[in-house]
Amino acid sequence: MLLSEASNSGFFSLVPLIVFFPVIGLLINLIFGGRMKEKAIGWLASAASGLAFVVSVLLAVSLSAAHGEAQVVPFAEWIKIGSLDIPWNFRVDTLSVTMMLVVSGVGTLIHIYAIGYMHEDVRFKHDEKRFRRFFVFLNLFIAMMMILVSGDSYLMLFVGWEGVGLCSFLLIGFWYEMDTLGRPSWANSNAAKKAFITNRIGDFGFLIAGLLMFWHFGSVQFSAVFGMAEEVAAAQPGVILAITLFMLLGVAGKSAQIPLYVWLPDAMAGPTPVSALIHAATMVTAGVYLVARSAPLYVTVPNAQYIVALVGAVTALFAATIAVGQYDIKKVLAYSTISQLGFMVAAVGMGAFVAGMFHLVTHAFFKALLFLSAGSVILGLERGHHHLSKHKGHEGHHEEHEEVFDPGDMRNMGGLRKTMPVTFWLYLIGTLALAGIFPLAGFWSKDEILADAQLHYPVVYILLTIAAFLTAFYMGRQIWMVFFGQARHEAATHAEESKPIITAPLMVLAALSILGGALNLPYLHTFTHWLGYSLGGEGAEAVAEGAAHVAEATPWYVVGGLNLIVAGLSTLLALLAIYISWLIYGRKPLEAGQKDPLKKALGFVFTGMERKWFVDEIYWAAFVDRYVDISRFLADVVDGRFWHDWFHEKVLAGTYNWLSRIFLDMRFDTQFLDGFVVNKILADGVKQISAALRRLQNGFVRSYALAVLAGVVAILGYLLIR
Amino acid sequence: MIPLTYYLAISAMLFMMGVLGVLIRRNPLIIFMSVELMLNAANLAFVAFSRAFNLLDGQIFVFFVMTVAAAEVAVGLALIVIIFRTKHSINVDVMNSLKG
Repeated sequence: MLLSEASNSGFFSLVPLIVFFPVIGLLINLIFGGRMKEKAIGWLASAASGLAFVVSVLLAVSLSAAHGEAQVVPFAEWIKIGSLDIPWNFRVDTLSVTMMLVVSGVGTLIHIYAIGYMHEDVRFKHDEKRFRRFFVFLNLFIAMMMILVSGDSYLMLFVGWEGVGLCSFLLIGFWYEMDTLGRPSWANSNAAKKAFITNRIGDFGFLIAGLLMFWHFGSVQFSAVFGMAEEVAAAQPGVILAITLFMLLGVAGKSAQIPLYVWLPDAMAGPTPVSALIHAATMVTAGVYLVARSAPLYVTVPNAQYIVALVGAVTALFAATIAVGQYDIKKVLAYSTISQLGFMVAAVGMGAFVAGMFHLVTHAFFKALLFLSAGSVILGLERGHHHLSKHKGHEGHHEEHEEVFDPGDMRNMGGLRKTMPVTFWLYLIGTLALAGIFPLAGFWSKDEILADAQLHYPVVYILLTIAAFLTAFYMGRQIWMVFFGQARHEAATHAEESKPIITAPLMVLAALSILGGALNLPYLHTFTHWLGYSLGGEGAEAVAEGAAHVAEATPWYVVGGLNLIVAGLSTLLALLAIYISWLIYGRKPLEAGQKDPLKKALGFVFTGMERKWFVDEIYWAAFVDRYVDISRFLADVVDGRFWHDWFHEKVLAGTYNWLSRIFLDMRFDTQFLDGFVVNKILADGVKQISAALRRLQNGFVRSYALAVLAGVVAILGYLLIR
Repeated sequence: MIPLTYYLAISAMLFMMGVLGVLIRRNPLIIFMSVELMLNAANLAFVAFSRAFNLLDGQIFVFFVMTVAAAEVAVGLALIVIIFRTKHSINVDVMNSLKG
């Protein structure tokens, strides 16, 4: 297509390719990957994702040429039963294109990173064959995520929703036969099952919401549902409230909010690129996308909005407190992700859809950066450990006697600033962006959320501010523990910097983390205008109202839509938090084997943080054990004693035996059935019929031909006189 | 111009002659000729319709029928030769080994 032509019609017809490029990539790797080299497999998968990114960019260009007008591209007929008609349509509007760009853009960088990461990972875990499987899953994930964000109906969104859930399950359990340290165990596959089952609970809520929607709106297409939202809200306000709250359950599952967040920390069992792509940057933000997409529904029920905002804010604070007490480098980031997702959910709950989506985008940048850098640190330690064990082997030690080394434990690290300088600087950029230090990306998006909260929901504002303070604190703690002080394990002294294929994508992400805030600067508000097109009606009004609110009051401290007091306070708090973390962890670095200094100061509170407030244990006692009890009751009593022992043995078998004895006594079988029915009627009848039919088979071809002729004449005659 | 009905009548007569030949005669060679008669009756009908409707499809179809007929005769004659070698007769009534 020529460019001039494209500017007229747009590239919108290309949109199915965002799903099919990754699918083609995964098919090629699936079928021919066995004969391909690792490099070829990895670059092919990256190219598939990269091409999807190119198409997303073209879509964004066409969309801005079309002044942000939402486009629906019909692709195929899908379900058509009676009055229900659900086609597979692609929806291209500013909201979906934003998600596409994030998914394919960050996804491509992570694909490239994974070429380097998995190359070493499969070797440390002694199964080089699994390299290909990883990229097949990764491409499948991109395809499913694209279906999720580009669908034009809740059902299509649900297809993608389940698809990414499956990919998450497959990739968490990627090393299914070992635990995170590579010892044989079912820990990883248990983590995968936990994620899948927890998500099922959420999906159940989403499904109920979808069915309610179908029942009361007669459709699950976005445009139809949103068009009727006001009408239905006026007639039956309870219905929309139920739909939005059931949807919130789905959001809590997928986006790891209270009460269903427990799966995300365990999901860190997956390889680090997976943690970055699925469990930080893209999949877990699907819930935020869902709420933003359903903006016209949520704005009709303020109560639901308040609940969503509160769930998000409480999650943000709760997860941040747990992150303070973690020792695993990825666990800290996992709880941080839950906390940041809480920020986003709170924002979209408050109706600040733009702020939520803005934070989603910047968070995708810096959290992917942090996770991937953490992966680089872990690999660096693995390399150091490998180096050590080789040398030890020469000295005659055996690996069996060696204690198991955890390359992800921050207590084994320290002083990595000198051995891994590139990773250190990248990690620092990610940390500052996450902590919300001016002028990095996190500063702008987080403060937009805080400013909105401060205007309308004081409780949410206070919760989020404390969470932001803790965020800066635990990230400071991590930096001091990992990169400063002395190495607390021999492996850390021998840690090696990663190769450019690992650090290069990180540099791109670091640049995005620094500059990401430019998307929505005060005065310009590019991103607000961009999203305003698709949030449409209510959403745009809410955005405009927020802006108007600022405009009409315009106290001296509000400059171009930026609340200087809120921004200044949160930045000061962040700096204070980093200073406190320096006082505790930086000034006097941790010694090997020393307990966390906070433990003495906070006592049992820190134990609670360390043990994740015992939520897993409580869930286990309250739900899992009860479930096992019910299963045991069903198996032993209902199925075993009642169904098998009593019903089958006594009732069915007993009656059968009794009846058959009666029939035998009456000679019913021998005399009547065998003697008369079988011998006389069936056997003799068949004999006579066959004797008659045998005469037809006379062996003369002529008579067969005559029969054919008679048949043809009969059929033709029937057709003629019909 | 001769009406279409005439051609069809001749075609039907030829076809019936062929059918009767196949059913009555015992000599396989004659039966083969009768089969040819039926095929050519069909050909005649094809050609007649082709002329009447000014469509070439019928003409083309006739070529296919002729090709098939030639192939059929080749196979059939080969079969007759084999049967004569084993049974020393080509009377079709002798060939009744499949009789039930």
